[in-house]
Amino acid sequence: MFLIKSNPIRLLSVFLWLIIEIFQWGLITKYLGTLGGAVFSFTTVVLGAIILWLFMGRIQTNIMVSFLEDIWTSNFINFFASPLTVKEYLLGLVLTSVAMSTAGLVIMVLIAGLLFGYNFFIIGLYILPFLLILFIFGVAMGIFITAIVFKLGPTAEWLGWPIPAVMSIFVGVFYPISMLPQYLQTVSWILPPTYVFDSVRMILSGNFNVGINLLYGLILSIIFLIITYFFFLKVYKKNLKTGALSRFSSESI
Amino acid sequence: MVLVEVKNLIKQYSGFTAVNNLSFDIQEGEIVGLLGPNGAGKTTTINMVLGVLEPTSGQINIFGKDLKHHKTEILEQANFAAVYAHLPANLRVEQNLKVFGHLYGVKNLKTRIKELLKEFDLEKFKNHKTGSLSSGELSRVNLAKAIINNPKLILLDEPTASLDPSVSKHIRDIIKTYVAKNKAAVLWTSHNMREIEEVCNRVMFLSHGKIILQGNPKTLAKEYGKKDLDELFITVAREPLTLNNEI
Repeated sequence: MFLIKSNPIRLLSVFLWLIIEIFQWGLITKYLGTLGGAVFSFTTVVLGAIILWLFMGRIQTNIMVSFLEDIWTSNFINFFASPLTVKEYLLGLVLTSVAMSTAGLVIMVLIAGLLFGYNFFIIGLYILPFLLILFIFGVAMGIFITAIVFKLGPTAEWLGWPIPAVMSIFVGVFYPISMLPQYLQTVSWILPPTYVFDSVRMILSGNFNVGINLLYGLILSIIFLIITYFFFLKVYKKNLKTGALSRFSSESI
Repeated sequence: MVLVEVKNLIKQYSGFTAVNNLSFDIQEGEIVGLLGPNGAGKTTTINMVLGVLEPTSGQINIFGKDLKHHKTEILEQANFAAVYAHLPANLRVEQNLKVFGHLYGVKNLKTRIKELLKEFDLEKFKNHKTGSLSSGELSRVNLAKAIINNPKLILLDEPTASLDPSVSKHIRDIIKTYVAKNKAAVLWTSHNMREIEEVCNRVMFLSHGKIILQGNPKTLAKEYGKKDLDELFITVAREPLTLNNEI
């Protein structure tokens, strides 16, 4: 909050890319809808999935960026030499990210609704478990990439940026995963977002029998969260031994 | 009363021993200088006492509690400032003090921040971004942060490294008054021997991770046949082994 208060321009970095993406995809889906007498709404099928995907990607990215801020400003040691525990620190990263990503979601939904007539709540209350699964998995991915940067050093931050793009290939944001070769589909079914986007398509085609799908997605996302959380703690403990924690503040930038 | 008790502290990094069987204590009301050439193990020692570096072996007790098992409780009553640990540059001075005041659970934070801004002559900078301050101003903000929670133990790693003599003196006076008033203790590293002589009750010289000599900074140089602490420091840095012959 203080960072945004003293640097309002930061709000642009939080929302600008989301606004651009929604504009782009809104216009693309609108254009596709005019081609070849399409019998269904591209906007409904694609734009909703894009909003959900960007929400998840933002959660992951915002956790990573909040963490990197502390490294970039050499402030790391100030936090870890205070009474703040590593769990509280991690929770702080998650809460900051959730606040920014939720604000981003509201803006995306408003733009999609006002400019492209897309109703984000078209699938009713099902949107809630979808958001929950993506939220949990986004947090897990954010913690994972943060742990990787924590382990390998600040130069490893580049690994975090393409993760959402790479994962979008597998989880069926833009197409059903049946489009993927069989061996890649195996990877898809390990990733919780796959169950969300599969369910979105099922509901839009009139099949509301998505309970099991969502249950799998939820269980998998919780498993990912637990694993990445313990991975982060393990890296933290290792860094306490190697001295990386203090070096992040003094040498390795 | 002993506030810090370090016993047989060892830190090894894949075969290299940075701190070698270090033992010392710090009493209430004491300002102890930790001196030595670059790479002697001063920052490694401070980081272990701060709990951001785990010793290979040995024990650190602070306020009578084992640091390993009571880290959060201990750190509530400790604080530090180091030349390499910066506060978030994008936050304003007052915001930084607020953030750390909250982290340390400071009561009546508004009043405390007001006191500190006055004490460190930072009132006119309170709405300035921390990153826009000069190095001297920045050091004062770091020190204000270091005593925001009225700590019983303060670890200062070259706190006056970039300050002019007048501001340095002001800072030393603040720390000395603070320690006397609050019965606190300070572990202070510096390469400025005059400063150490003025502010410390006791100094410990480190070489290759070991304390090779310690004592009163006002008399120690003479005890080893040296003109002053500067000369003693140079001998510790270049020919530590010769000191044993001069005792």
